[in-house]
Amino acid sequence: MKCELCENKATVFYMQAMQGGQKKIVLCDRCAEERGLLDPDAFSMVSILMDETPEQAQPIQPVSLADVAQSCEHCGFTIEDYRKVGRLGCSQCYDAFRGEILPALTKMHHGVMHAGKVPSGMADFIALRKKLEKMQADLAKAIETENFEEAVSLRDEIKELEAELS
Amino acid sequence: MKHPADWMIGKNAKNEVVITSRIRLARNLHNVSFPGWAKKAERIESMQLMREKAEALKAMKNGFSHELSDLEPLQKQVLVERHLISREQAARGQGSAAVVNRGQRLSLMINEEDHLRMQSIRAGLHLRDAHKLLSKVDGELEKELQFAYDDELGYLTACPTNLGTGMRASAMLHLPALVLTEQIGQVLQAVNKIGLAVRGLFGEGTESLGHLFQISNQATLGESEDVIISRLERVIAQIETHETNARLKMLEDEPNQLSNKIGRAYGTLGYATMFESKEAFAHISLLRMGAAMGYFPKGTMQICDSMMMDIQPAHLQLHAGSKLVPEERDLIRAEILRSRLQFLDAPAINILTNDIDGDHDSIGNLNFENE
Repeated sequence: MKCELCENKATVFYMQAMQGGQKKIVLCDRCAEERGLLDPDAFSMVSILMDETPEQAQPIQPVSLADVAQSCEHCGFTIEDYRKVGRLGCSQCYDAFRGEILPALTKMHHGVMHAGKVPSGMADFIALRKKLEKMQADLAKAIETENFEEAVSLRDEIKELEAELS
Repeated sequence: MKHPADWMIGKNAKNEVVITSRIRLARNLHNVSFPGWAKKAERIESMQLMREKAEALKAMKNGFSHELSDLEPLQKQVLVERHLISREQAARGQGSAAVVNRGQRLSLMINEEDHLRMQSIRAGLHLRDAHKLLSKVDGELEKELQFAYDDELGYLTACPTNLGTGMRASAMLHLPALVLTEQIGQVLQAVNKIGLAVRGLFGEGTESLGHLFQISNQATLGESEDVIISRLERVIAQIETHETNARLKMLEDEPNQLSNKIGRAYGTLGYATMFESKEAFAHISLLRMGAAMGYFPKGTMQICDSMMMDIQPAHLQLHAGSKLVPEERDLIRAEILRSRLQFLDAPAINILTNDIDGDHDSIGNLNFENE
């Protein structure tokens, strides 16, 4: 999920109860800090922020910060199952229902970003996957701007990397 | 399973107040349905895979490994009373297994709520040691099994409450003096306030027996294992100090009442012929505190810990060799306690009266060499 003010990853989820519903805003660390959202004494800043950017502060339906799938493609577990039992069906359910799960995490944990142990071997794997994601974005851009020479070379590199990752 | 666990002997450990430290790690297999959602055939397949790797661990040499469906209900209950498997897992059958090492310091639950729940237990306040052992085991297993992991959410678990580190660190505390001096409410409230959980002897939803309390972290995501353990250790060490001070204060302010309580507990345990577990736990608890305060010879505290274990329903039935109705249990429980108490000298008590002009040395064997 991206910050509503810049392109960075959103880590701060702010919800405010108001007359006739709720308003929500999702921001990255920096934007949140710059606007005083992380300072507990500065809640007044929040209303200013939200009022000044009404397009970001629409009333929302019951929690939906990102698209939530109806069911997990991998294991068939449904969002209704999750709402009923509070458990997931498999590790891929976290991708399918992330938008529903994330807001609830702030209540039960001290953050929404893992800060602990990383499985050995996983660190390299993650770096490669990040690289792959970036290359795929570059490829899309290259195609859009009709930079076909670059697109071809990117496509080949992506294929190589994908082979390595699988 | 007839042998006491390493932690019950409490070798070289300072465990007057913090009886045990435990670390539990939850792990799941990448892209395999969690046990609660998987079909039976999938569960059996994943169990076989994990069980083979678990049994091959060096730490599990000469250990105990059983599928839950191969265990009698009584055996399962004994494992629960030993804290080696959970009540949830005891309710499971095929496709779920328990692998326990010889000293009962390390146990792996396969296909409980998560694919893998690994636990390490130690006498005294030694969360860090317990974590070190477990982390090593985790490292060895992760070479063989691909665990579900996400850059943001860390280790993925069946329930979002365990995301991130998947780690639950807990300690079992014996807090009789805080209960008797009615300070326990305040302490527990403070513990709750800083986001730690307090439970009874057998985890969620169980009441406190024998003045025993389990304290553990609730949040698992957003902080490193080290940060979580440090905070918990700090809080537990503080509670330990409070308890020790409360014991000293009781000794100073009302030595006669204290001696009376301990003497009565000793007498009742030594002569009663029927005991419900709640009452028995309460008396053993006082005996244990007395032992820590020097009323009894060295080694008495360990005898108390064994008694607490051995008077639980499944252990009693294992001892009796047959299924028992509650009344029979109460009889056998009292019988066991009486026989143990025969080998225990009466508490070293000298009554302080006003005639003795404040000579506190006269209260006999109240030494604090254990403290």
